[in-house]
Amino acid sequence: MDTAPSTQRLARIEVRELTKMFGGLKAVDSFDETIYPGELVGLIGPNGAGKTTVFNMVTGLYEPTSGHIAFDGISLEALAPHEITQLGIARTFQNVRLFPNLTVLDNVRIAYHPHAGYGMADAIRRSARFSDKEHELTERAQDLLAVFGLDQRQDEIAKNLPYGEQRRLEIARALAAEPTLLLLDEPAAGMNPKEIALLMDLIHFVREKFHLTIWLIEHQMRVVMGICERITVVDFGEVIARGNPQEIQSDAQVIEAYLGRGAAAVAQHLSEKRSYVARS
Amino acid sequence: MRLGFNRSTAVFMLGCAVVFAVFQFLFSAGILNDFWYTLVRIGAVMAIVSIGLNLIYGFNGQFSLGQWGFYAIGAYAAADITYRWTQLHNTSGLMVLLLAVLFSGLAILLLGKYLNQVRGLDAMSAFAIYLLFVVLAILLGASVARPLIAPTTALLNALPEAVSGQVVFFLAVSLGGLIAAEVSFMFGLPILTLGSDYFGIATLGFTIIIKVLLDNTDTMFGLTEMKGARGMVGIPKETNWFWVFFFLFVVVVVTRNILHSSTGRAIVSVREDETAAKAMGIDVAQMKTLTFVVGSLFAGLAGGLYAHTNGFLHPQNFNFIRSFDPMIIIVFGGLGSITGTVIASFAWALVLEGVLRIVLPEGFETWRFVVYPLLLLVMMLLRPKGLLGTYEIPFLRAALPKRRKRETNSTSGVAQAPVGTSTGEGG
Repeated sequence: MDTAPSTQRLARIEVRELTKMFGGLKAVDSFDETIYPGELVGLIGPNGAGKTTVFNMVTGLYEPTSGHIAFDGISLEALAPHEITQLGIARTFQNVRLFPNLTVLDNVRIAYHPHAGYGMADAIRRSARFSDKEHELTERAQDLLAVFGLDQRQDEIAKNLPYGEQRRLEIARALAAEPTLLLLDEPAAGMNPKEIALLMDLIHFVREKFHLTIWLIEHQMRVVMGICERITVVDFGEVIARGNPQEIQSDAQVIEAYLGRGAAAVAQHLSEKRSYVARS
Repeated sequence: MRLGFNRSTAVFMLGCAVVFAVFQFLFSAGILNDFWYTLVRIGAVMAIVSIGLNLIYGFNGQFSLGQWGFYAIGAYAAADITYRWTQLHNTSGLMVLLLAVLFSGLAILLLGKYLNQVRGLDAMSAFAIYLLFVVLAILLGASVARPLIAPTTALLNALPEAVSGQVVFFLAVSLGGLIAAEVSFMFGLPILTLGSDYFGIATLGFTIIIKVLLDNTDTMFGLTEMKGARGMVGIPKETNWFWVFFFLFVVVVVTRNILHSSTGRAIVSVREDETAAKAMGIDVAQMKTLTFVVGSLFAGLAGGLYAHTNGFLHPQNFNFIRSFDPMIIIVFGGLGSITGTVIASFAWALVLEGVLRIVLPEGFETWRFVVYPLLLLVMMLLRPKGLLGTYEIPFLRAALPKRRKRETNSTSGVAQAPVGTSTGEGG
């Protein structure tokens, strides 16, 4: 897959000067981002930096105070959340938001609703179209669950699943909405190192299999540095750095934002020392 | 209608036929007297309202106290049609309401198609546009209906009296339901945007408004046959065991078919997590409106049946206090259980007015309003999720229509994601 951004290609998602005010608080301030098809881009920053707010604006849950968002060249500003999802943007949530009292299978089948292919009249009459489409949809959902190793769990109630499986189910459900852009909001939150390693493989896997563009928010540096091709760092709603993982790791402003001013100096010192050791 | 005759469907159909036949026999043989006959019919009517409310509250998560208002609308609309047919011997009520409902329904459907394309239209503006066109459609329907009254009256008079009475009754009840559905659509436009508690208060207000309007039907609307607060009399007592059973059966099957489809899952997803539903591409507002309209349609149908049970309607029966009855029934029977709702409705009618009257000693009959809340209290302590929780009889459970055999390669061809079920791969 060609992942190098080129100016000729149409951006999958283009965000320009996105701003969100909550009363007097500027949660997001002139945020810019351009992501091309097939890229895997990270969005990081300390707690309360406005990362999730950006996702909420892109998916239509929040209305931006100002700014533009375009998906495959289509402006998203006037669209309702469900219309945005139907265009091809699906997301997961920071704190898992499954449909808790429904079965694993139904959780996934709900996301197929816009593509169900039959209406309520078919359902009431139990027409041939209803049973055909219902089978097709169920089989697709089961295949998707099989991909995520959840096919044995399909009749369980979602809230009874262990946490790691709930996270996986949430990704499966997002993929059932048939997106081309997948937004992952802290997919590794609350996971142990082994689960994180598996998650990273999983993200690579779904990206290849479903030809996805992925934009992810993450706190775990291991995940971000391990899989993202580009990273944008925000702090207090403003972009403070952009670049590849290596550049970000050594960026003084980023270290300062995460660890404080003193730490930045120490880090500077350490990296100089390291490069000195490496040279000699 | 393809019912897909598997075992559970066959058992359900057979069970319905047996229940219908047994009760029909008990009533016609006089083993159960008129008192119990009325209670059973009231139980069935309550089951229809409560299934509608369960759809709205139990499955869609919208706390509505407005169902009693829609029930009242259905009752008075249907009663007016049959009253005019039996007392005034013409189809004025039938034709005017039929065409008004038809035309305003068409107006709503066409406008809905058009307004969906319009971006950034807020609920109140949409409501104003709908209202304008619906009023025009009603006026148009009423004026078109007038010249049609005489020919349709002649047409119906050509039929034997027993048949025409039943035809008018069936149309009246159906129209009562449709009117309630259309009113609920109009009312739902502005208020379905409210959060659930506020929605509850707004719907309670609706029920109160309807009751006040019914108190003044003769003076405000000039519908003298409704007699305002004195109560409407002279409604033919057409509601028999067959009709309540028929409507209850249709309502149960339709509800089941809606719930166990993609639309039904979308409805339930709104209850489970509205934000997640939106993010999964579900049009939450549309699902709320749909459920509210279907639930109110059922309430309207039940109202029509109720009006023809005793042949007497009084606004006091549609007091907002009574709107808690279906709410109690669905909580008692189990939120999200159709089976529980039906059982609880019959239990409510038969125990409260029937069994308790007999069990309590002479002169203490009114104590049933003390015993009944106590029963509810004990019940809620013992089974907080309702009598049946979310249990359903097999016919009402989610089931796919008969499965075709899946090709074996469709599963083996699926690549397995690295999810740790096999040997753990380190990063």
